Amino acid sequence: MAEQPLLRVRNLGVSFRSGGVESMASCGVTYDLSPGEILAVVGESGSGKSVSALALTRLLPPEPACMITGSVELQGRELVGLSETELTKVRGKQIAYIFQEPGTSMNPVYTVGFQIAEAVKAHRPEISNVQSTVEASLDAVGIREPARAAASYPHELSGGMLQRAMIAMALACDPKVLVADEPTTALDVTIQKQIMELLARLRKERGMSILLITHNFGIVANMADNVFVMNQGRVVEQGSVKAVMGSPQHPYTRGLIGCIPRLGQRRRRLSTLEDALRESETQRK
Amino acid sequence: MSTSTLLEVQGLKVHYPRPGAGWFSKADPVRAVDGVSFVVPRGKTVGLVGESGSGKTTTGRAIVKLAPVSAGKIIWEGVDIGQMDNRAFLPWRKKVQMVFQDPYGSLNPRADILGILSEPLEIHFPQLNRSDREARCAELLKKVGLKPEQMRRHPHEFSGGQRQRIGIARALAVQPELIVCDEPVSALDVSVQASVVNLLQDLQDELGVAYLFIAHDLAVVEHISHHVLVMEKGLVVEQGSPEQILGSPEHPYTRTLLDAVPKF
Repeated sequence: MAEQPLLRVRNLGVSFRSGGVESMASCGVTYDLSPGEILAVVGESGSGKSVSALALTRLLPPEPACMITGSVELQGRELVGLSETELTKVRGKQIAYIFQEPGTSMNPVYTVGFQIAEAVKAHRPEISNVQSTVEASLDAVGIREPARAAASYPHELSGGMLQRAMIAMALACDPKVLVADEPTTALDVTIQKQIMELLARLRKERGMSILLITHNFGIVANMADNVFVMNQGRVVEQGSVKAVMGSPQHPYTRGLIGCIPRLGQRRRRLSTLEDALRESETQRK
Repeated sequence: MSTSTLLEVQGLKVHYPRPGAGWFSKADPVRAVDGVSFVVPRGKTVGLVGESGSGKTTTGRAIVKLAPVSAGKIIWEGVDIGQMDNRAFLPWRKKVQMVFQDPYGSLNPRADILGILSEPLEIHFPQLNRSDREARCAELLKKVGLKPEQMRRHPHEFSGGQRQRIGIARALAVQPELIVCDEPVSALDVSVQASVVNLLQDLQDELGVAYLFIAHDLAVVEHISHHVLVMEKGLVVEQGSPEQILGSPEHPYTRTLLDAVPKF
């Protein structure tokens, strides 16, 4: 795509400081996110993929406990170094997040509708009919009885319904970028498919860009345009899904792809990440 | 005796009273499991797939007596263990163990690993003294790929995959013949998942333990199982060899599940 990227991230680094010890969580993360693009971030737990996404709007502890370096430009506007007040206007309104555990992302003592309304009131004060916006966004994520879902408490909805409600909350503010952090890891395969189809449809209908964080290459293959792979805080491989998955260059990427059991390809043993890394080690010798 | 039957489940039903049913109104119960029959051969893996709410977990829990059996039989080498009370069941409890889904919630955060692995030994092998238990614990940790030096650590010092290994070690402590694995890898990263699945297979080869492997990930179930059951709404809708079930599924529900698996 020749157009200017929506989000331009250069050399983004995050490090945490505690008790005088500095530990780097991620560094040198560089990518462009175009309008309507789905960019996948793949890596294991602790690879820094979530932290680099949270760093976009500094959903992290304040300085000096957590230092963010590099640059994040949203439509030409630098986000790193903005004040908390300024960032609050970006969060939700321009860059919205959905997380892995829909159950813990909602406040259990308020109704789903109330919580979505809260987000709408905070970010879109111009809207007078909040209730209908809430119901419209619940409807947009495929919830059949939006009014009833809005009046429900989180514990009354299933995991799949709650994740839809979370997406509805994100959509209600009409963000440009949706960061989906392992949105289906806690869900069943059938629900996972529905949520992924929903995200694909929203991208198509609204031209929304999605930063999709996952550890599952199966989802990446079906959903994303481009992908970058993270290991120990660094990007080890980056490119189009076709290129990266077709001929993975880095042994870590090969390992991640190889360890997934696939239907119809029964093997005696699953190859593990260690196997792939060891193999590349011996090849080098 | 490579294919002898270890456990046979006949018409298992687990019904719960519906919440809100009054004293005078007899509401229809929740039929979590509604007539399930299958066989677990010695030393083999039976995979149980289905969505949340299909009754697969309840079936597994009923076998280890963590869910009440409303009707049907659970026959362990000719003895019906389904209707036993907990006291009578005690000698069987060490033959059937369980590994839980959540490696964070299923280990006591205040106990160290030695304590966690010793508890089942104290109950089922009271003849062992303290140093015996410690030796057994060290052996178990080695078996699941952890270091014996780590036995004084607490669960929070381990990663999710390591905790699941501890959960497996705890199940193995009493030398069971069957382990009910309830979604043992679904909370883990794909890379860790592969190593835990390999561990389970290695242990089966070495110890001849049978598994009832409950999961919603069909690819993992296909990989590990010798026999597959598909559950929907408390019933087994299809069962057979993994090649048969996943290669040419008969039931529409199995096909729906298969379609949902991301392919690449």
